[in-house]
Amino acid sequence: MSEREVLELLRENARYSADDIARMTDLDEREVEETIQVLEAAGVVRGYQAVVDWDKLEDERVRAEVELNVHLDRETGYGEIAERLARFPEVTALRLVSGDYDFDMEVEGDSIREVSQFVSEKVAPVPEITQTVTHYVMTSYKENGIEFGDGEEDDRLSFSP
Amino acid sequence: MTFELSERVQEVPPSGIRRFFEIAEERDDVISLGVGEPDFSTPWAARDAAIASLERGRTSYTANRGTRELREAIADYADDRFDLEYDPAEEILVTAGASEAVDLAFRAFVDPGDTVAVAQPSYISYEPGVIFAGGEVLSVPTTEADEFRLTVDALDAAGADEADVLVLCYPNNPTGAIMRKEDLEPIAEFVREHDMTVLSDEIYAELTYGGDGEDGVDHTSIATLPGMRERTVVFNGFSKAHAMTGLRLGYALGPSEAIGAMNKIHQYTMLSAPTTAQHAALEALESCESDVRDMVDQYDRRRRFVLSRFREIGMDVFEAKGAFYCFPEVPEGWTAEEFAEGVLREEGVAVVPGDVFGPGGEGHLRISYATGLEDLRKALARIEAFVENNV
Repeated sequence: MSEREVLELLRENARYSADDIARMTDLDEREVEETIQVLEAAGVVRGYQAVVDWDKLEDERVRAEVELNVHLDRETGYGEIAERLARFPEVTALRLVSGDYDFDMEVEGDSIREVSQFVSEKVAPVPEITQTVTHYVMTSYKENGIEFGDGEEDDRLSFSP
Repeated sequence: MTFELSERVQEVPPSGIRRFFEIAEERDDVISLGVGEPDFSTPWAARDAAIASLERGRTSYTANRGTRELREAIADYADDRFDLEYDPAEEILVTAGASEAVDLAFRAFVDPGDTVAVAQPSYISYEPGVIFAGGEVLSVPTTEADEFRLTVDALDAAGADEADVLVLCYPNNPTGAIMRKEDLEPIAEFVREHDMTVLSDEIYAELTYGGDGEDGVDHTSIATLPGMRERTVVFNGFSKAHAMTGLRLGYALGPSEAIGAMNKIHQYTMLSAPTTAQHAALEALESCESDVRDMVDQYDRRRRFVLSRFREIGMDVFEAKGAFYCFPEVPEGWTAEEFAEGVLREEGVAVVPGDVFGPGGEGHLRISYATGLEDLRKALARIEAFVENNV
C-alpha cells in the first residue's frame, strides 16, 4: 500500500524529498527511502526526468511520432525489432500498439534534417520494417499529465470564510 | 436622504477580516492560507456540461426545487455515500449554494425571540443568519480538549436545553473537527429530550480523513441516528468536494414539511437555483466521483504535511480530520489577532485568527490547506521563521 502511495507522489512530482513524502503519508523518512530503493531496484521506477516545454526555449528541438509497420518471420519477433530500434539514442519512446500500424516510435533531434535522416537512413533500412510514416510534432499542449497552457490563474480572494 | 437601516442589519458587526484584506494588499508576495475554498478548478466534465447546456440554450428557470434529474441524482448520491434517504419529489431542495439553504432554514424555522444554539467556533454566516431572521443566538463554545467536538457538557454549560434550534457544522470550518457516530449519539439524545430542531451543515462531508482502521473514518450524518430524521435538515452542496464555489449550488435534505416551508421562501426570493450550475452539478454527480477522490487524497496528504510541520515548528495543533483546515494554537503570550497580523506583515502569510469564528476560536489560527504543496511548504517555512524571530 505504501509503495503505491509513494509511487503516486513521485509521479506527481519526482522532486519531492523523502521528508516531504514521509510527512504526507505518515510514514517515516527511512521507510520512504527504503520503499524508493526497492522500487528502483525492482525496475518499477525506471528513471526521473524533467517535463520540458521546448517552445519556451530558443534552441530548436524537433520531435516526431513515427508509425512503423514491420514484417515478422520465424526468427524475428516484435521483441527483437524493438530491441534493435530502442538502442538508438534518437528514439525517446517506443511502444507496440494495436491498430493500423505496429510500433509507435518517438524520435528527437536538433533539426528536421537530423530527424529525417535518422528515419530514412537508420530506421527505414531495417529489413523487417516495411513502412514508416513520420509525423512532426508542431505544438505540444500537454506532456506527462502536465498542461502547457498559461495555466488556470488562482483568482481566489486572499481571505474567504 | 439617509437610509434608516433596520435594527437587524445594524446588529450585525462588520466582518472582522476586512482589516487583514488591506494589509494583504500592501505586499505582492502574500501566500494565503486564509482561503475557504478549494484551489482546484471544477472537474472538467462538469464545466463541459455547463458549457454544453449554454450552447443548447438551456438558460431558463428550472422547477423551484431544482430539476427533477438533479434531485434524483442527489437522492442517489446522499443515500449511497451517507445513508441519507430522501424523496426527490418532496424532501430535496436545490439552492444557490448551501448558504441559501441555511438562510432559508433560519427564516422558515425561527420566530422572533426563538433561540438558536450554535456550536462554535463555526462558519461565520450562522449568527448573522439567525439575527436577520429575528432570532437570538446562543453560542455553545467547544474546546480543543474535546478536539472541538460538541459535547453534552458544553450544551449544558451554555444552557442550550432552552434553545429551539441547534446548528451543527461537522466536518467543521474552521477547526477541521469531525464528529463520529459515537460523538453524535449523546447530542442526538439531548436534542430529542429537549425537542429541538437540528440544522446540520455537512458541506464538508466528503472531506473526512484519517482512515487508520480498516474501514477508515467516514462521515456520519446526525440525521441517520434514531429519531433524528424527522427533526433535522441537512445541508450539503457542490462548493467544497466538487470545487464549484462560484457556481453557487447547494441543497437541503429534510422532511417534506420542512423542505416545503423552505421552498415557499425560495420560490418567492430565488425562484430557482442557477440553471447552468444545475447542469454542471448533475454531471458532477454522474461522472466526477474519481475527480473528487483525487482531490480528497491530495487534501489528505497536505493535511498530514501541514500538521507535521506545525508540530515541528512547536505550535500545538490537534489532529484535524475534516474539511481543509487545521487549527493550531498561537504561542503563549500572543493573541490570535496579533499573531495573524504579525505573520502577514512580516512574512506575507495570510491566516485567519480563530476569534472570527466565535467563542472557542480565540488563541487559534485557521489554516486552510486548500493550496498547492509548494506554497504550503513556503508558507510554513515563513511561519517557522516568524516564530523563531518573535517568540
